Amino acid sequence: MKNNFFEVLRSGINTTYQDEGRFGLQHFGVVPGGCMDEKLFLIINKLLGNKSNEGVIEFAYQGPLLKFHGSKTKFAVSGDVHFNIINSKNEIINGDSNKSYNLDNGDQIDIISTKKSVYGYFGVYGGFEVKSFYKSISTLTKANIGPNNGNKISLSDKIFINIERKSNNTFHINFKNDYDDTIRVLKGPQYDYFSEESKKDFFSKEYLVTNLSDRMGMRLEGKVIKNTVSTNIRSEGITKGAIQVPADGQPIILLTDHPTIGGYPKIANVISADYNKLIQKTPGTKLKFKCINLEEAEKLYKDHFNNISKLLNNLKEI
Amino acid sequence: MKLSNIGDCGVICDFGNQVNREINSQVINLFHFMKLQIEEKKLVGLLNLAPSYNKLIINFDLKKTNSKKIIDFIEKIDLSKFNFKNDNKEWEIPICYDLSLDLENLSKNLKLDKEEIINIHLSTNFFIYMIGFIPGHPFMGDLDEKLYTSRLKTPRVKLSPGCVGIVEKFCNIYPFQSPGGWNIIGKTPTKLFDTKNNERPCLLSPGDGLKFKLISKEEFESLENEK
Repeated sequence: MKNNFFEVLRSGINTTYQDEGRFGLQHFGVVPGGCMDEKLFLIINKLLGNKSNEGVIEFAYQGPLLKFHGSKTKFAVSGDVHFNIINSKNEIINGDSNKSYNLDNGDQIDIISTKKSVYGYFGVYGGFEVKSFYKSISTLTKANIGPNNGNKISLSDKIFINIERKSNNTFHINFKNDYDDTIRVLKGPQYDYFSEESKKDFFSKEYLVTNLSDRMGMRLEGKVIKNTVSTNIRSEGITKGAIQVPADGQPIILLTDHPTIGGYPKIANVISADYNKLIQKTPGTKLKFKCINLEEAEKLYKDHFNNISKLLNNLKEI
Repeated sequence: MKLSNIGDCGVICDFGNQVNREINSQVINLFHFMKLQIEEKKLVGLLNLAPSYNKLIINFDLKKTNSKKIIDFIEKIDLSKFNFKNDNKEWEIPICYDLSLDLENLSKNLKLDKEEIINIHLSTNFFIYMIGFIPGHPFMGDLDEKLYTSRLKTPRVKLSPGCVGIVEKFCNIYPFQSPGGWNIIGKTPTKLFDTKNNERPCLLSPGDGLKFKLISKEEFESLENEK
Protein backbone atom coordinates (compact mmCIF):
# COMPACT_ATOMS: atom_id res chain seq x y z
CA MET A 1 0.00 0.00 0.00
CA LYS A 2 1.82 3.05 -1.24
CA ASN A 3 0.06 5.37 1.23
CA ASN A 4 0.76 3.33 4.35
CA PHE A 5 4.35 3.12 5.45
CA PHE A 6 6.83 3.63 8.27
CA GLU A 7 9.60 6.14 7.79
CA VAL A 8 12.84 5.01 9.44
CA LEU A 9 14.13 7.84 11.66
CA ARG A 10 16.74 5.60 13.36
CA SER A 11 17.60 2.15 12.07
CA GLY A 12 18.53 0.37 15.31
CA ILE A 13 21.07 -2.45 15.33
CA ASN A 14 21.02 -5.32 12.83
CA THR A 15 17.44 -4.53 11.89
CA THR A 16 16.27 -6.99 9.22
CA TYR A 17 13.15 -8.61 7.75
CA GLN A 18 12.82 -12.24 8.91
CA ASP A 19 10.35 -15.12 8.93
CA GLU A 20 10.65 -18.85 9.72
CA GLY A 21 13.47 -19.21 7.19
CA ARG A 22 14.22 -20.46 3.69
CA PHE A 23 14.32 -24.23 3.31
CA GLY A 24 15.39 -26.56 0.51
CA LEU A 25 18.47 -24.67 -0.71
CA GLN A 26 21.18 -25.87 1.69
CA HIS A 27 22.82 -27.99 -1.04
CA PHE A 28 23.38 -24.70 -2.89
CA GLY A 29 24.99 -23.14 0.18
CA VAL A 30 21.94 -21.24 1.39
CA VAL A 31 21.39 -21.54 5.14
CA PRO A 32 17.71 -21.47 6.25
CA GLY A 33 18.28 -18.38 8.42
CA GLY A 34 15.06 -16.76 9.63
CA CYS A 35 14.14 -15.40 13.06
CA MET A 36 16.69 -16.11 15.78
CA ASP A 37 13.92 -16.53 18.37
CA GLU A 38 11.14 -18.77 17.03
CA LYS A 39 9.05 -18.35 20.17
CA LEU A 40 8.93 -14.53 19.97
CA PHE A 41 8.23 -14.79 16.23
CA LEU A 42 5.19 -17.02 16.81
CA ILE A 43 3.99 -14.78 19.64
CA ILE A 44 4.06 -11.56 17.63
CA ASN A 45 2.05 -13.01 14.75
CA LYS A 46 -0.46 -14.51 17.18
CA LEU A 47 -0.90 -11.09 18.87
CA LEU A 48 -1.62 -9.50 15.51
CA GLY A 49 -3.91 -12.24 14.20
CA ASN A 50 -1.50 -12.89 11.32
CA LYS A 51 -0.69 -16.22 9.71
CA SER A 52 2.02 -17.88 11.83
CA ASN A 53 4.73 -17.34 9.19
CA GLU A 54 4.07 -13.66 8.39
CA GLY A 55 7.31 -11.68 8.00
CA VAL A 56 8.43 -9.45 10.87
CA ILE A 57 11.32 -7.10 11.66
CA GLU A 58 14.07 -8.34 13.98
CA PHE A 59 16.48 -6.09 15.85
CA ALA A 60 19.34 -6.67 18.30
CA TYR A 61 19.79 -4.62 21.50
CA GLN A 62 18.41 -1.40 20.00
CA GLY A 63 15.37 -1.24 17.75
CA PRO A 64 14.37 1.37 15.19
CA LEU A 65 12.59 4.71 15.62
CA LEU A 66 9.69 4.67 13.16
CA LYS A 67 7.12 7.27 12.08
CA PHE A 68 3.86 6.01 10.63
CA HIS A 69 2.42 7.70 7.56
CA GLY A 70 -1.03 6.50 6.53
CA SER A 71 -4.47 6.00 7.95
CA LYS A 72 -4.46 3.14 10.46
CA THR A 73 -2.45 0.09 11.41
CA LYS A 74 -1.89 -2.26 14.32
CA PHE A 75 1.51 -3.31 15.63
CA ALA A 76 3.22 -5.28 18.38
CA VAL A 77 6.71 -5.63 19.82
CA SER A 78 7.68 -9.04 21.19
CA GLY A 79 10.52 -9.88 23.56
CA ASP A 80 11.84 -8.22 26.68
CA VAL A 81 11.89 -4.74 25.19
CA HIS A 82 11.69 -1.16 26.42
CA PHE A 83 9.81 1.08 23.94
CA ASN A 84 7.62 4.18 23.73
CA ILE A 85 4.80 5.31 21.49
CA ILE A 86 4.94 9.01 20.68
CA ASN A 87 1.55 10.05 19.35
CA SER A 88 0.87 12.85 16.88
CA LYS A 89 0.21 15.25 19.81
CA ASN A 90 3.77 14.48 21.02
CA GLU A 91 2.53 12.60 24.10
CA ILE A 92 4.81 9.77 25.20
CA ILE A 93 3.16 6.49 26.16
CA ASN A 94 5.22 3.68 27.69
CA GLY A 95 4.87 0.56 25.58
CA ASP A 96 4.44 -2.98 26.87
CA SER A 97 6.04 -5.86 24.99
CA ASN A 98 3.94 -8.82 23.90
CA LYS A 99 0.87 -6.66 23.45
CA SER A 100 -0.75 -5.24 20.29
CA TYR A 101 -1.48 -1.52 19.78
CA ASN A 102 -3.41 0.56 17.28
CA LEU A 103 -1.45 3.24 15.48
CA ASP A 104 -2.60 6.24 13.45
CA ASN A 105 -1.12 8.80 11.09
CA GLY A 106 1.88 10.66 12.50
CA ASP A 107 2.43 8.33 15.48
CA GLN A 108 5.97 7.21 16.23
CA ILE A 109 7.36 4.05 17.80
CA ASP A 110 10.69 4.39 19.58
CA ILE A 111 12.12 0.96 20.32
CA ILE A 112 14.77 1.96 22.83
CA SER A 113 16.41 -1.30 23.89
CA THR A 114 16.08 -4.91 24.81
CA LYS A 115 16.45 -5.53 28.55
CA LYS A 116 18.23 -8.74 29.63
CA SER A 117 18.18 -10.19 26.12
CA VAL A 118 19.56 -9.68 22.61
CA TYR A 119 16.72 -9.98 20.07
CA GLY A 120 13.31 -8.37 19.83
CA TYR A 121 10.65 -8.21 17.11
CA PHE A 122 8.38 -5.63 15.54
CA GLY A 123 5.40 -6.70 13.46
CA VAL A 124 2.26 -5.22 11.93
CA TYR A 125 -1.21 -6.54 11.21
CA GLY A 126 -1.16 -8.14 7.74
CA GLY A 127 2.61 -8.00 7.43
CA PHE A 128 5.05 -5.89 5.43
CA GLU A 129 4.89 -5.36 1.69
CA VAL A 130 8.13 -7.04 0.61
CA LYS A 131 9.09 -9.50 -2.11
CA SER A 132 9.94 -13.05 -1.14
CA PHE A 133 12.77 -15.11 -2.57
CA TYR A 134 12.30 -18.85 -2.62
CA LYS A 135 9.16 -18.65 -0.46
CA SER A 136 10.79 -16.59 2.29
CA ILE A 137 11.40 -12.94 3.13
CA SER A 138 14.29 -13.74 5.49
CA THR A 139 17.33 -11.52 5.03
CA LEU A 140 20.78 -13.09 4.65
CA THR A 141 23.04 -10.04 4.47
CA LYS A 142 26.28 -11.86 3.58
CA ALA A 143 24.75 -13.05 0.28
CA ASN A 144 22.39 -10.10 -0.26
CA ILE A 145 19.39 -12.41 -0.14
CA GLY A 146 16.01 -11.04 0.92
CA PRO A 147 14.04 -7.77 0.78
CA ASN A 148 15.82 -4.39 0.67
CA ASN A 149 18.42 -6.04 -1.64
CA GLY A 150 19.41 -8.30 1.21
CA ASN A 151 20.58 -5.40 3.36
CA LYS A 152 19.82 -4.30 6.88
CA ILE A 153 17.11 -1.66 7.21
CA SER A 154 18.71 1.79 7.30
CA LEU A 155 17.94 5.44 7.99
CA SER A 156 15.31 7.02 5.70
CA ASP A 157 14.10 3.67 4.35
CA LYS A 158 10.37 3.33 3.89
CA ILE A 159 8.73 0.21 5.29
CA PHE A 160 5.46 -0.43 3.47
CA ILE A 161 2.64 -2.46 4.96
CA ASN A 162 0.21 -4.77 3.16
CA ILE A 163 -3.17 -3.76 4.61
CA GLU A 164 -4.85 -1.39 7.07
CA ARG A 165 -6.24 -2.73 10.35
CA LYS A 166 -9.82 -3.96 10.20
CA SER A 167 -10.68 -3.81 13.90
CA ASN A 168 -9.51 -1.91 16.96
CA ASN A 169 -9.27 -4.99 19.22
CA THR A 170 -5.91 -5.46 20.92
CA PHE A 171 -4.41 -8.45 22.70
CA HIS A 172 -1.61 -9.50 25.01
CA ILE A 173 0.22 -12.68 25.95
CA ASN A 174 1.89 -12.96 29.35
CA PHE A 175 4.90 -15.15 29.95
CA LYS A 176 8.03 -15.32 32.05
CA ASN A 177 11.50 -15.19 30.56
CA ASP A 178 13.85 -18.09 31.17
CA TYR A 179 17.04 -16.73 32.70
CA ASP A 180 18.65 -20.13 33.36
CA ASP A 181 22.23 -20.18 32.02
CA THR A 182 22.58 -23.95 31.69
CA ILE A 183 22.50 -25.05 28.06
CA ARG A 184 21.82 -28.71 27.36
CA VAL A 185 23.72 -30.36 24.52
CA LEU A 186 24.21 -33.66 22.71
CA LYS A 187 27.70 -35.00 21.96
CA GLY A 188 29.00 -33.71 18.62
CA PRO A 189 30.32 -35.86 15.74
CA GLN A 190 33.96 -35.23 16.73
CA TYR A 191 33.44 -35.49 20.49
CA ASP A 192 36.24 -38.07 20.72
CA TYR A 193 38.78 -35.67 19.16
CA PHE A 194 39.11 -33.91 22.52
CA SER A 195 41.18 -34.90 25.55
CA GLU A 196 39.44 -36.56 28.51
CA GLU A 197 40.34 -33.62 30.70
CA SER A 198 38.92 -31.11 28.19
CA LYS A 199 35.68 -33.05 27.88
CA LYS A 200 35.35 -32.87 31.68
CA ASP A 201 36.17 -29.15 31.64
CA PHE A 202 33.61 -28.47 28.96
CA PHE A 203 30.83 -29.89 31.12
CA SER A 204 31.97 -28.43 34.44
CA LYS A 205 33.60 -25.03 33.81
CA GLU A 206 31.82 -21.84 32.80
CA TYR A 207 32.14 -20.37 29.31
CA LEU A 208 31.71 -16.65 28.83
CA VAL A 209 29.61 -15.21 25.98
CA THR A 210 31.85 -12.61 24.27
CA ASN A 211 31.10 -9.51 22.21
CA LEU A 212 32.02 -11.43 19.07
CA SER A 213 28.52 -12.79 18.68
CA ASP A 214 26.00 -12.18 15.92
CA ARG A 215 23.38 -14.02 13.82
CA MET A 216 26.12 -16.33 12.50
CA GLY A 217 27.75 -17.45 15.70
CA MET A 218 28.52 -16.92 19.35
CA ARG A 219 32.17 -16.92 20.40
CA LEU A 220 32.84 -18.17 23.89
CA GLU A 221 35.82 -17.75 26.19
CA GLY A 222 36.89 -20.19 28.86
CA LYS A 223 39.22 -23.08 29.68
CA VAL A 224 41.03 -24.07 26.47
CA ILE A 225 39.66 -27.28 24.95
CA LYS A 226 42.51 -29.52 23.82
CA ASN A 227 42.23 -31.47 20.61
CA THR A 228 44.23 -34.71 20.55
CA VAL A 229 43.40 -35.83 16.99
CA SER A 230 43.19 -33.01 14.44
CA THR A 231 42.11 -29.38 14.54
CA ASN A 232 40.84 -29.61 10.96
CA ILE A 233 38.40 -32.11 9.51
CA ARG A 234 37.14 -32.65 5.97
CA SER A 235 34.55 -29.89 5.57
CA GLU A 236 31.07 -31.21 6.29
CA GLY A 237 27.52 -29.90 6.61
CA ILE A 238 26.68 -27.82 9.67
CA THR A 239 23.59 -27.91 11.83
CA LYS A 240 22.26 -25.00 13.86
CA GLY A 241 23.63 -25.01 17.39
CA ALA A 242 26.79 -26.97 16.56
CA ILE A 243 29.66 -26.11 18.94
CA GLN A 244 32.90 -26.11 16.99
CA VAL A 245 36.36 -25.78 18.47
CA PRO A 246 39.06 -24.24 16.23
CA ALA A 247 42.80 -24.60 16.90
CA ASP A 248 42.82 -21.92 19.64
CA GLY A 249 40.60 -24.16 21.79
CA GLN A 250 37.86 -21.56 22.35
CA PRO A 251 34.40 -22.81 21.36
CA ILE A 252 32.11 -21.09 18.84
CA ILE A 253 28.40 -21.93 18.77
CA LEU A 254 27.07 -21.74 15.22
CA LEU A 255 23.78 -19.89 15.10
CA THR A 256 20.93 -19.26 12.64
CA ASP A 257 22.96 -17.70 9.78
CA HIS A 258 25.84 -20.23 10.07
CA PRO A 259 27.95 -21.21 7.04
CA THR A 260 26.43 -24.36 5.47
CA ILE A 261 29.76 -26.21 5.48
CA GLY A 262 32.64 -26.07 7.94
CA GLY A 263 35.92 -27.78 8.70
CA TYR A 264 36.36 -27.49 12.47
CA PRO A 265 35.70 -30.41 14.84
CA LYS A 266 32.47 -30.15 16.80
CA ILE A 267 32.42 -31.17 20.44
CA ALA A 268 28.66 -30.84 20.96
CA ASN A 269 25.35 -29.60 19.58
CA VAL A 270 22.86 -27.45 21.51
CA ILE A 271 19.45 -29.16 21.79
CA SER A 272 16.54 -27.56 19.95
CA ALA A 273 14.61 -26.99 23.18
CA ASP A 274 17.37 -24.71 24.54
CA TYR A 275 18.11 -22.78 21.34
CA ASN A 276 15.68 -19.87 22.02
CA LYS A 277 17.16 -19.45 25.47
CA LEU A 278 20.74 -19.58 24.16
CA ILE A 279 20.47 -16.91 21.46
CA GLN A 280 19.09 -14.36 23.95
CA LYS A 281 22.22 -14.59 26.15
CA THR A 282 24.03 -11.26 26.24
CA PRO A 283 27.84 -10.87 26.26
CA GLY A 284 29.16 -11.38 29.75
CA THR A 285 26.79 -14.28 30.51
CA LYS A 286 28.54 -17.36 31.88
CA LEU A 287 27.16 -20.48 30.27
CA LYS A 288 27.29 -24.00 31.63
CA PHE A 289 26.85 -27.01 29.38
CA LYS A 290 25.07 -30.18 30.36
CA CYS A 291 25.26 -33.38 28.33
CA ILE A 292 22.02 -35.31 27.79
CA ASN A 293 20.99 -38.08 25.40
CA LEU A 294 18.94 -38.00 22.21
CA GLU A 295 15.74 -39.40 23.72
CA GLU A 296 15.82 -36.77 26.46
CA ALA A 297 16.42 -34.02 23.87
CA GLU A 298 13.47 -35.17 21.78
CA LYS A 299 11.21 -35.29 24.83
CA LEU A 300 12.37 -31.82 25.95
CA TYR A 301 11.62 -30.39 22.52
CA LYS A 302 8.13 -31.84 22.62
CA ASP A 303 7.58 -30.20 26.02
CA HIS A 304 9.12 -26.96 24.76
CA PHE A 305 6.82 -26.83 21.77
CA ASN A 306 3.74 -27.77 23.81
CA ASN A 307 4.58 -24.90 26.15
CA ILE A 308 4.75 -22.48 23.23
CA SER A 309 1.38 -23.75 21.95
CA LYS A 310 -0.11 -23.23 25.42
CA LEU A 311 1.31 -19.71 25.51
CA LEU A 312 -0.20 -18.90 22.13
CA ASN A 313 -3.59 -20.19 23.26
CA ASN A 314 -3.36 -17.94 26.26
CA LEU A 315 -3.99 -14.87 24.11
CA LYS A 316 -6.09 -12.37 26.07
CA GLU A 317 -8.13 -9.49 24.70
CA ILE A 318 -7.43 -6.15 26.38
CA MET B 1 27.82 -46.02 5.13
CA LYS B 2 27.50 -45.11 8.81
CA LEU B 3 24.29 -43.44 9.98
CA SER B 4 23.93 -41.41 13.16
CA ASN B 5 22.22 -38.36 14.59
CA ILE B 6 23.86 -34.92 14.58
CA GLY B 7 22.15 -32.75 17.16
CA ASP B 8 18.48 -33.63 17.68
CA CYS B 9 17.25 -32.50 14.24
CA GLY B 10 19.88 -33.89 11.90
CA VAL B 11 21.09 -37.22 10.51
CA ILE B 12 24.63 -37.70 9.23
CA CYS B 13 25.34 -40.30 6.53
CA ASP B 14 29.08 -40.93 6.60
CA PHE B 15 30.74 -42.60 3.59
CA GLY B 16 34.27 -42.84 5.09
CA ASN B 17 37.24 -40.56 5.34
CA GLN B 18 38.46 -40.41 1.75
CA VAL B 19 37.90 -37.48 -0.58
CA ASN B 20 37.56 -38.80 -4.09
CA ARG B 21 35.05 -38.74 -6.92
CA GLU B 22 33.85 -42.27 -6.33
CA ILE B 23 32.86 -41.66 -2.71
CA ASN B 24 31.49 -38.21 -3.49
CA SER B 25 29.36 -39.70 -6.30
CA GLN B 26 27.76 -42.04 -3.75
CA VAL B 27 27.03 -39.03 -1.52
CA ILE B 28 25.46 -37.17 -4.44
CA ASN B 29 23.48 -40.26 -5.44
CA LEU B 30 21.96 -40.48 -1.94
CA PHE B 31 21.37 -36.71 -2.02
CA HIS B 32 19.34 -37.01 -5.26
CA PHE B 33 17.47 -40.00 -3.89
CA MET B 34 16.50 -38.16 -0.70
CA LYS B 35 15.57 -35.04 -2.68
CA LEU B 36 13.16 -37.19 -4.68
CA GLN B 37 11.64 -38.59 -1.48
CA ILE B 38 10.97 -35.01 -0.34
CA GLU B 39 9.47 -34.01 -3.70
CA GLU B 40 7.27 -37.10 -3.84
CA LYS B 41 6.35 -36.60 -0.16
CA LYS B 42 7.41 -40.13 0.79
CA LEU B 43 9.16 -38.84 3.90
CA VAL B 44 7.60 -36.09 5.98
CA GLY B 45 9.38 -33.33 7.83
CA LEU B 46 12.63 -33.14 5.85
CA LEU B 47 13.86 -29.54 5.57
CA ASN B 48 17.32 -29.55 4.02
CA LEU B 49 20.03 -31.74 2.54
CA ALA B 50 23.71 -30.79 2.80
CA PRO B 51 26.03 -33.03 0.75
CA SER B 52 29.77 -32.58 1.32
CA TYR B 53 32.88 -34.50 0.16
CA ASN B 54 32.12 -37.69 2.03
CA LYS B 55 28.96 -37.03 4.02
CA LEU B 56 25.33 -36.15 3.61
CA ILE B 57 23.60 -34.26 6.40
CA ILE B 58 19.81 -34.35 6.50
CA ASN B 59 18.01 -31.70 8.53
CA PHE B 60 14.45 -32.24 9.62
CA ASP B 61 11.60 -30.71 11.60
CA LEU B 62 11.57 -32.38 15.01
CA LYS B 63 7.86 -31.59 15.31
CA LYS B 64 7.15 -33.96 12.42
CA THR B 65 9.78 -36.71 12.51
CA ASN B 66 12.95 -37.83 14.31
CA SER B 67 16.36 -39.26 13.50
CA LYS B 68 15.36 -42.87 14.19
CA LYS B 69 12.58 -42.75 11.58
CA ILE B 70 14.96 -41.33 8.98
CA ILE B 71 17.78 -43.75 9.77
CA ASP B 72 15.35 -46.70 9.58
CA PHE B 73 14.14 -45.47 6.20
CA ILE B 74 17.65 -45.11 4.75
CA GLU B 75 18.79 -48.47 6.10
CA LYS B 76 16.05 -50.17 4.11
CA ILE B 77 16.87 -48.71 0.70
CA ASP B 78 19.18 -50.33 -1.84
CA LEU B 79 21.06 -47.38 -3.31
CA SER B 80 22.76 -49.47 -6.00
CA LYS B 81 19.38 -49.52 -7.77
CA PHE B 82 19.50 -45.77 -8.28
CA ASN B 83 21.79 -43.74 -10.46
CA PHE B 84 21.20 -40.04 -10.92
CA LYS B 85 24.48 -39.30 -12.70
CA ASN B 86 22.77 -38.40 -15.96
CA ASP B 87 21.28 -35.30 -14.38
CA ASN B 88 24.67 -33.65 -14.07
CA LYS B 89 25.88 -30.92 -16.43
CA GLU B 90 29.22 -29.89 -17.93
CA TRP B 91 30.05 -26.19 -17.63
CA GLU B 92 32.52 -23.90 -19.37
CA ILE B 93 33.26 -20.84 -17.23
CA PRO B 94 35.33 -17.87 -18.52
CA ILE B 95 38.37 -16.83 -16.48
CA CYS B 96 40.72 -13.87 -16.75
CA TYR B 97 44.17 -14.62 -15.28
CA ASP B 98 45.29 -10.98 -15.66
CA LEU B 99 43.14 -10.24 -12.62
CA SER B 100 44.95 -12.76 -10.42
CA LEU B 101 46.25 -11.66 -7.02
CA ASP B 102 48.65 -14.52 -6.29
CA LEU B 103 49.97 -15.82 -9.63
CA GLU B 104 53.37 -14.11 -9.18
CA ASN B 105 53.84 -15.64 -5.73
CA LEU B 106 52.58 -19.04 -6.81
CA SER B 107 55.02 -19.00 -9.71
CA LYS B 108 57.90 -18.38 -7.27
CA ASN B 109 56.74 -20.90 -4.68
CA LEU B 110 55.82 -23.68 -7.10
CA LYS B 111 58.83 -22.96 -9.34
CA LEU B 112 56.63 -22.92 -12.43
CA ASP B 113 56.14 -20.25 -15.11
CA LYS B 114 52.87 -18.36 -14.88
CA GLU B 115 52.04 -19.72 -18.34
CA GLU B 116 52.51 -23.26 -17.12
CA ILE B 117 50.26 -22.74 -14.07
CA ILE B 118 47.58 -21.24 -16.34
CA ASN B 119 47.85 -24.13 -18.82
CA ILE B 120 47.52 -26.78 -16.12
CA HIS B 121 44.53 -24.96 -14.62
CA LEU B 122 42.87 -24.54 -18.02
CA SER B 123 43.33 -28.20 -18.95
CA THR B 124 41.85 -29.52 -15.69
CA ASN B 125 38.46 -31.19 -15.96
CA PHE B 126 37.02 -30.14 -12.64
CA PHE B 127 34.43 -32.10 -10.70
CA ILE B 128 32.17 -30.17 -8.30
CA TYR B 129 32.34 -32.04 -5.00
CA MET B 130 30.02 -29.74 -3.12
CA ILE B 131 28.51 -26.27 -2.96
CA GLY B 132 28.38 -24.38 0.27
CA PHE B 133 29.90 -22.30 3.00
CA ILE B 134 28.15 -19.31 1.41
CA PRO B 135 25.47 -19.49 -1.35
CA GLY B 136 26.67 -20.77 -4.74
CA HIS B 137 30.27 -21.40 -3.62
CA PRO B 138 31.73 -24.52 -5.37
CA PHE B 139 34.51 -26.78 -4.05
CA MET B 140 36.08 -28.44 -7.11
CA GLY B 141 38.88 -30.92 -7.79
CA ASP B 142 41.25 -32.37 -8.64
CA LEU B 143 44.22 -30.20 -9.51
CA ASP B 144 47.50 -31.61 -10.79
CA GLU B 145 49.93 -32.21 -7.91
CA LYS B 146 52.28 -29.62 -9.45
CA LEU B 147 49.83 -26.90 -8.35
CA TYR B 148 49.37 -28.10 -4.76
CA THR B 149 49.67 -25.17 -2.38
CA SER B 150 48.50 -24.30 1.13
CA ARG B 151 46.20 -21.53 2.31
CA LEU B 152 47.51 -17.97 2.66
CA LYS B 153 49.05 -17.42 6.10
CA THR B 154 46.83 -14.39 6.59
CA PRO B 155 43.45 -14.64 4.88
CA ARG B 156 42.33 -11.57 2.93
CA VAL B 157 39.63 -9.55 4.65
CA LYS B 158 37.79 -8.73 1.45
CA LEU B 159 37.73 -10.55 -1.89
CA SER B 160 35.53 -9.31 -4.73
CA PRO B 161 32.89 -11.62 -6.27
CA GLY B 162 34.23 -13.88 -9.04
CA CYS B 163 37.70 -14.53 -7.57
CA VAL B 164 38.96 -18.04 -8.43
CA GLY B 165 41.18 -19.62 -5.77
CA ILE B 166 43.25 -22.77 -5.28
CA VAL B 167 44.35 -24.76 -2.19
CA GLU B 168 45.77 -28.30 -2.20
CA LYS B 169 43.92 -30.26 -4.90
CA PHE B 170 40.91 -27.95 -4.78
CA CYS B 171 39.70 -24.92 -6.71
CA ASN B 172 36.89 -22.55 -5.70
CA ILE B 173 35.05 -19.46 -6.93
CA TYR B 174 33.91 -16.74 -4.51
CA PRO B 175 30.33 -15.81 -5.55
CA PHE B 176 30.01 -12.86 -3.15
CA GLN B 177 32.31 -10.37 -1.55
CA SER B 178 33.80 -12.24 1.38
CA PRO B 179 36.94 -12.89 3.39
CA GLY B 180 39.10 -15.70 2.01
CA GLY B 181 42.37 -17.57 2.45
CA TRP B 182 42.70 -19.27 -0.93
CA ASN B 183 45.37 -18.33 -3.52
CA ILE B 184 43.61 -16.20 -6.14
CA ILE B 185 44.74 -17.15 -9.65
CA GLY B 186 42.10 -15.33 -11.68
CA LYS B 187 38.61 -13.93 -11.85
CA THR B 188 35.39 -14.89 -13.63
CA PRO B 189 32.58 -12.53 -14.68
CA THR B 190 30.04 -15.39 -14.42
CA LYS B 191 27.38 -14.89 -11.77
CA LEU B 192 27.13 -18.08 -9.70
CA PHE B 193 24.16 -17.15 -7.55
CA ASP B 194 21.29 -14.98 -8.75
CA THR B 195 18.94 -13.81 -6.01
CA LYS B 196 16.52 -12.54 -8.68
CA ASN B 197 16.02 -16.06 -10.05
CA ASN B 198 13.35 -17.78 -7.98
CA GLU B 199 13.38 -20.98 -10.04
CA ARG B 200 17.08 -21.80 -10.29
CA PRO B 201 19.12 -19.33 -8.26
CA CYS B 202 22.32 -21.41 -8.22
CA LEU B 203 24.14 -22.00 -11.51
CA LEU B 204 26.20 -25.06 -10.53
CA SER B 205 25.19 -28.28 -8.77
CA PRO B 206 27.16 -30.86 -6.77
CA GLY B 207 28.34 -33.54 -9.20
CA ASP B 208 28.59 -31.23 -12.25
CA GLY B 209 31.76 -30.99 -14.37
CA LEU B 210 33.52 -27.69 -15.07
CA LYS B 211 36.30 -26.38 -17.31
CA PHE B 212 37.69 -22.86 -17.42
CA LYS B 213 38.02 -20.90 -20.67
CA LEU B 214 40.62 -18.15 -21.03
CA ILE B 215 39.38 -14.60 -21.66
CA SER B 216 41.24 -11.29 -21.89
CA LYS B 217 40.83 -8.34 -19.55
CA GLU B 218 38.81 -6.55 -22.27
CA GLU B 219 36.48 -9.54 -22.67
CA PHE B 220 36.13 -9.75 -18.87
CA GLU B 221 35.15 -6.10 -18.68
CA SER B 222 32.60 -6.32 -21.48
CA LEU B 223 31.02 -9.43 -19.86
CA GLU B 224 30.93 -7.62 -16.49
CA ASN B 225 29.13 -4.69 -18.10
CA GLU B 226 26.50 -6.99 -19.64
CA LYS B 227 25.41 -8.21 -16.19
